[in-house]
Amino acid sequence: MFWIFAAVTVIASLLVIGQRNPMYSVLLLIVSFGALSGLYVLLDAPFIAAIQIIIYAGAIMVLFLFVVMLLNVPTEDPPTGYHARLLGGAGPRRFGAVLSAVLIGQLAWAFYYGLRPSPLPHAAGQHATTVFEIGMKLYKDYTFAFEATSVLILVSMVGAIVLARKESR
Amino acid sequence: MPEPTLNSYLVLSAVLFAIGTAGVFLRRNLITILLSIEIMLNAVNLTFVAVDRFLGTVDGQIIVFFVMTVAAAEAAVGLAIIIALFRHRETLNPDAFTALKW
Repeated sequence: MFWIFAAVTVIASLLVIGQRNPMYSVLLLIVSFGALSGLYVLLDAPFIAAIQIIIYAGAIMVLFLFVVMLLNVPTEDPPTGYHARLLGGAGPRRFGAVLSAVLIGQLAWAFYYGLRPSPLPHAAGQHATTVFEIGMKLYKDYTFAFEATSVLILVSMVGAIVLARKESR
Repeated sequence: MPEPTLNSYLVLSAVLFAIGTAGVFLRRNLITILLSIEIMLNAVNLTFVAVDRFLGTVDGQIIVFFVMTVAAAEAAVGLAIIIALFRHRETLNPDAFTALKW
């Protein structure tokens, strides 16, 4: 199961990067998040899996889809102008791709060989985290962070409205 | 297929993070760049949950909860900025917004 979900996630994410049309990118990212929530179920975190679907695939991606449709920009512009010749050409982009490949190599090496092989302590589905445990921890130990998050959401809501508003002057 | 260990989850999240980084490097569309940032956030979330499972704690899942909240706030503000920028220049190409560049 892990390998299926992992393959779906990686392939969908690669296609997100490969698309020129942001519409397809958003839809493929929803596929990727669905597979990730499957991985969370395998990791005994059903609550995280549920909010991954509800909040990420449901709320955030719909927000993205809404903006993509609102702006109606079907494809990416070809590189034009002085700046494109300087930085957007094939050379620097290839350099970026090489840097990303190096990052994959380094991280994979560090996680695979730098760490002893660590099998997970018990089989999947035996000690699934309950919402009760998460709630107790969240409202006891992380109360301040929880309240701070509510302030953050309020600020970002006001900020988004102010930024996206049409100036009427 | 071998049984997945903690290492396989960590390598998977490393691959996802690098894909997100590659997206930020390679794409010239502000919306796709924001989507790549979401991929990176999800890679980090996967690390938290995997290590949580390994250690048998709940704290990582709570941090994932907070990361998701911050990601939602970031997406809302980022998309508002994108809408404002699009009204100015009629394009989403980040190369078009160089007024503050030296």
